[in-house]
Amino acid sequence: MDPLRRSPSPCSPQASSPESPPCEMLGYVGIEAVLDQLKIKAMKMGFEFNIMVVGQSGLGKSTMVNTLFKSKMWKSTPPGLGGPTPQTLQLHSVTHVIEENGVKLKLTVTDTPGFGDQINNDKCWDPILGYINEKYEQYLQEELLITRQRHIPDSRVHCCVYFVPPTGHCLRPLDIEFLQRLCRTVNVVPVIARADSLTIEEREAFRRRIQHNLKTHSIEVYPQKCFDEDVNDRILNSRIRDRIPFAVVGADREHMVNGRCVLGRKTKWGIIEVENMAHCEFPLLRDLLIRSHLQDLKDITHNVHYENYRVIRLNQSHVLPRGPGWVNLAPAPPCQPSSPGLTKVCRWAQDNSDEDS
Amino acid sequence: MATNTAYMSSPVSDNEQKKKGNTRSLTMSGHVGFESLPDQLVNRSIQQGFCFNILCVGESGIGKSTLIDTLFNTNFEDHESSHFYPHVRLKAQTYDLQESDVRLKLTIVNTVGFGDQINKEESYQPIVDYIDAQFEAYLQEELKIQRSLFNYHDSRIHVCLYFISPTGHSLKTLDLLTMKSLDSKVNIIPVIAKADAISKTELQKFKIKLMSELVSNGVQIYQFPTDDETIAKINASMNGQLPFAVVGSMDEVKVGNKMVKARQYPWGVVQVENENHCDFVKLREMLICTNMEDLRDQTHTRHYELYRRCRLEEMGFADTGPESKPRSLQETYEAKRHEFYGERQRKEEEMKQVFVQRVKEKEAVLKEAERELQAKFEHLKRVHQEEKMKLEEKRRLLEEEIIAFSKKKATSEIYQNQPYAAPGGNPRRDKDRKKEPGYRFEFLCFDVRARAASGGQKDAEERVEHGRPL
Repeated sequence: MDPLRRSPSPCSPQASSPESPPCEMLGYVGIEAVLDQLKIKAMKMGFEFNIMVVGQSGLGKSTMVNTLFKSKMWKSTPPGLGGPTPQTLQLHSVTHVIEENGVKLKLTVTDTPGFGDQINNDKCWDPILGYINEKYEQYLQEELLITRQRHIPDSRVHCCVYFVPPTGHCLRPLDIEFLQRLCRTVNVVPVIARADSLTIEEREAFRRRIQHNLKTHSIEVYPQKCFDEDVNDRILNSRIRDRIPFAVVGADREHMVNGRCVLGRKTKWGIIEVENMAHCEFPLLRDLLIRSHLQDLKDITHNVHYENYRVIRLNQSHVLPRGPGWVNLAPAPPCQPSSPGLTKVCRWAQDNSDEDS
Repeated sequence: MATNTAYMSSPVSDNEQKKKGNTRSLTMSGHVGFESLPDQLVNRSIQQGFCFNILCVGESGIGKSTLIDTLFNTNFEDHESSHFYPHVRLKAQTYDLQESDVRLKLTIVNTVGFGDQINKEESYQPIVDYIDAQFEAYLQEELKIQRSLFNYHDSRIHVCLYFISPTGHSLKTLDLLTMKSLDSKVNIIPVIAKADAISKTELQKFKIKLMSELVSNGVQIYQFPTDDETIAKINASMNGQLPFAVVGSMDEVKVGNKMVKARQYPWGVVQVENENHCDFVKLREMLICTNMEDLRDQTHTRHYELYRRCRLEEMGFADTGPESKPRSLQETYEAKRHEFYGERQRKEEEMKQVFVQRVKEKEAVLKEAERELQAKFEHLKRVHQEEKMKLEEKRRLLEEEIIAFSKKKATSEIYQNQPYAAPGGNPRRDKDRKKEPGYRFEFLCFDVRARAASGGQKDAEERVEHGRPL
């Protein structure tokens, strides 16, 4: 994946209206200097990215985050020595500012320890959905203020990485339930965790079965097919979609292999190199999340998921017929608003009122 | 693996520092790769395209269209506008320009008829209204429940080029007034048009005079931003050279061995792109190459936010009510809703009352009319009756007369018939009778009438028939 590939977005290029004829310029004007201006502005302002990792404990979520950003975000809990498993699902969020070549990134990682760990995992997705919606709500409130800030701080979850345990069979009911609900609210990227316990053939078979499961239950993971803008995007994204879910291995220790220092896991039968495409697909995940699709993740969150949330929210406590300038807002109800389907044109909530909590 | 040691000690902005106390900076032990983020952003913008709207304010014939043509190196439109418009109108035209892979949707708004009227009191109002209308359209779109902001064709004015005529003395009152009313709504860049009419020394003095007048009157013109190191120096120096003295021309003249854009005079050639001759290159540089993004940014974050705040406050909303902050929006709405409903209810009652009142009145009037009509009808009927009786009376009299007359006639006929019975009577009379049917006919007619009066119509008809063959 080349890093400079055009990131697709739900924003369609503006079609020229009949009154805007294309004009030929007879010489150099300097319009393309606006790109540099954009870059300067972006570098000055810095970027924000919020990622959430969801999965059962012991699947290597914290290690994966550390590997992705090559730093110690968290202390990854050594197996067996972790504290008592939390009784309820808690969400831990940690923020860091990292810089690379003048580009500042404010990264927020949210972990979900205790997910799927209880005996009865019914409705374990509720706290997560509640957290995501709470972030949307914060942004909405900021947006509705009379005196707004110059730059509204964006704490909405841009991407949710879902860790599928490497059973080798198919998606479990918990996975399916969770993915169904979450795909409508946030961009979800499923990955096969701890893939070093599967051989290459097993991985492929597992992947195919998961893809089949996703299709049967009409779960649209990122990159969503309906947001492909043009042919290039579709080609590129189908290549990605073909490999989803990525089989990844996380490691934050370095070892010497053939004189090089690589990140990897050392076992009795060899060293699994994390960044080696032959060993695992971690580079694919990293490229998708950071190098090529980060802006796109943010765009889809802002233009699609957030707008969907906003529509539902603004229609909720609403008795009067609406006028053009009226925005009715009631305090957020204790239950989550039922989210609509994932379409560009937002469907109303009535066909989803039977599902969801 | 090489270690990257770049890390900052302070986070990005103060806001974030206040809100997230646990923001720490982190060192990374390897190359992660998010330095391509600005490129991703740029790629997305390229795909989306850019949008830029320029408003040109100035008198007719001062060179607005020519300057825009020269700035963007195209021929946008050819015809000149007339000087005889009764009001100032704004004409907007949108063009699609493309340079390498950057697509720009350029909208030029021209004031037509500005400064042409005899009475210029209302000249600046249409301009202010237009700018407000664009803000309003954007606000409406933003407040909609189902909105599509990323698809929205942004028509807000990003920069206003104000053309000052090169009198060499000072600002005109109209200019001052217009700029004062526009400075809080749009970024104003004043330019001295047709700068080839002023000499160098006069130009310097003119510029100083203009700037001092603007400052003393409190007009805020757009200052090029000086907070970023890469462009701070050049922007600062440009700020000192405002307003730019420009010359526009699309005609090409051969100078030396090149064709340059210039205006040719008998005494020389004014080259548009020569920095010694005019400030056109500086204007183009500042407007397009260096600060286009900042102009759009300022429009959105400063002017639009100000408009939005004023508008929402006008509609009655406030952020901090007497109670806690986030609730007040809801409360304002509830209060407004009740008020609105109460008002509506009251108005409805009022209207009902008025309606009932009116109906009653109308009914009364109608009843009155009916009564009058009835009376009239009675009266007429009576009159008619009387007439009828009179006529009956007359008829009776007439009939009596007729009967009397017919009696007389009968008796006179008896007397007449006697001379007829004598032999050798009056053959002449017979002949006369035959020859003069008219007389006889008349007689018969009279007869007919007499008969009709007494009711014997059949006889009369027979008589008439008999009379005819004569």
